[in-house]
Amino acid sequence: MPLYRDEAVVLRTHKLGESDRIVTMLSRDRGQIRAVAKGVRRTASKFGARLEPFMVADIQFFEGRTLDTITQAETLGAYGGNIAADFDRYAVANVMVETAERLTTEDEPARQQYLLLVGALRSLARGEHPPGLTRDSYLLRALSLAGWAPNFSECVRCGGELPAAHGGGTALVVQLGGTVCDACAPPGSPRMSAETIALLGTLLAGEWGRAKAHGEGTRAQARGFVSAYTQWHIERGIRSLRYGH
Amino acid sequence: MYEGIIQDLIDEFGRLPGIGPKSAQRITFHIVQSQSADVTRLAELLATVRERVRFCTQCGNVSEQELCSICRDARRDAGLICVVEEPKDVVAIERTRQFRGLYHVLGGAISPIDGVGPDDLNITQLMRRLADTEVREVILATDPNLEGEATATYLTRLLKTLEVPVSRLASGLPVGGDLEFADEITLGRAFEGRLTVS
Ligand SMILES: [Zn+2]
Ligand SMILES: [Zn+2]
Repeated sequence: MPLYRDEAVVLRTHKLGESDRIVTMLSRDRGQIRAVAKGVRRTASKFGARLEPFMVADIQFFEGRTLDTITQAETLGAYGGNIAADFDRYAVANVMVETAERLTTEDEPARQQYLLLVGALRSLARGEHPPGLTRDSYLLRALSLAGWAPNFSECVRCGGELPAAHGGGTALVVQLGGTVCDACAPPGSPRMSAETIALLGTLLAGEWGRAKAHGEGTRAQARGFVSAYTQWHIERGIRSLRYGH
Repeated sequence: MYEGIIQDLIDEFGRLPGIGPKSAQRITFHIVQSQSADVTRLAELLATVRERVRFCTQCGNVSEQELCSICRDARRDAGLICVVEEPKDVVAIERTRQFRGLYHVLGGAISPIDGVGPDDLNITQLMRRLADTEVREVILATDPNLEGEATATYLTRLLKTLEVPVSRLASGLPVGGDLEFADEITLGRAFEGRLTVS
């Protein structure tokens, strides 16, 4: 079948030739798709901004021998403008699309990753939550979908109760995938406050009301763990995590 | 795959921006088959460009001298600075004959996913320049696409600290495109209709 159609979110674009772009997308039904958008860089292009990063569109493709070509695109979510208008949102959106690109492939459908990313970009564009919290929640959930769910509610080694249950500082180990009780904690393990452990749990569950109640110090601790956890699992790391805060 | 040096040349061309494997092959065979004088001239030109062309120490545009021809021109209005991504954008704006101020070339747009952060662009140089000179208006003319918009957002926030009036090219430039493709009329109108952003 030479023509096909899918919903997709644009992850990134590359210039190609005089006025074309290669658009890398995560689609709802087919995993990643890389396709050519002809003439898209001309200011009179029929595509306009519909194939810019962070945009969600209903796209029609023409199958080619090496690369497919985009023949039509209808906007479903115009999130790019609101994201580009706020640099913190832009930095966060970059981390999210780069992570989605690294966690998905061209051969495998990834419907859950698609829905998670679109939901997170929509929330970011609407400014529903502080951008940093949206990023950290997205990363924890995207890694969980990829099979690397962290645990913040019990000891990852013995399943026992944590000091955090009684408000105590608790060992949190990236390499072990979460919290460990004092008996199981390797010597020299980093320790986090009970508030940080609680925040990580609410971010993983997407409980926004409770997540936003935490102050900047707690958020910064949680951010440190989420970044380290992401870089640990994704080979060669996420470049965009170096920017923004 | 071709043998040895031919494939090396194809690979080398393939690394250039906008050149796919097929074009790289076409250029390579064009060179292999062309008159030797043409190829020698091209090779010499490449070496000379590498040697002679540098970046203007004031605005970051390409130049054969310490200051580019626009920065050296005393008739230009030094109170206006137009910020663009690439030297080719300077050429596109010069074509409109609308703008008589000076430029500042960033060297790209902020794109974290491509490893380009604010520190990788000529932003510190811009801030230093604005602190040292009397400037009435900074015009942000980054590309009308997402990375260009985000770069303008970043600069607007940064320039607020200097209290310099900032404007952004407006009307007539649909988002999604590259500045260099805007025709003279559209680009000229965008200049006239620029909006104050801070
Ligand atoms: Zn234990
Ligand atoms: Zn100059």
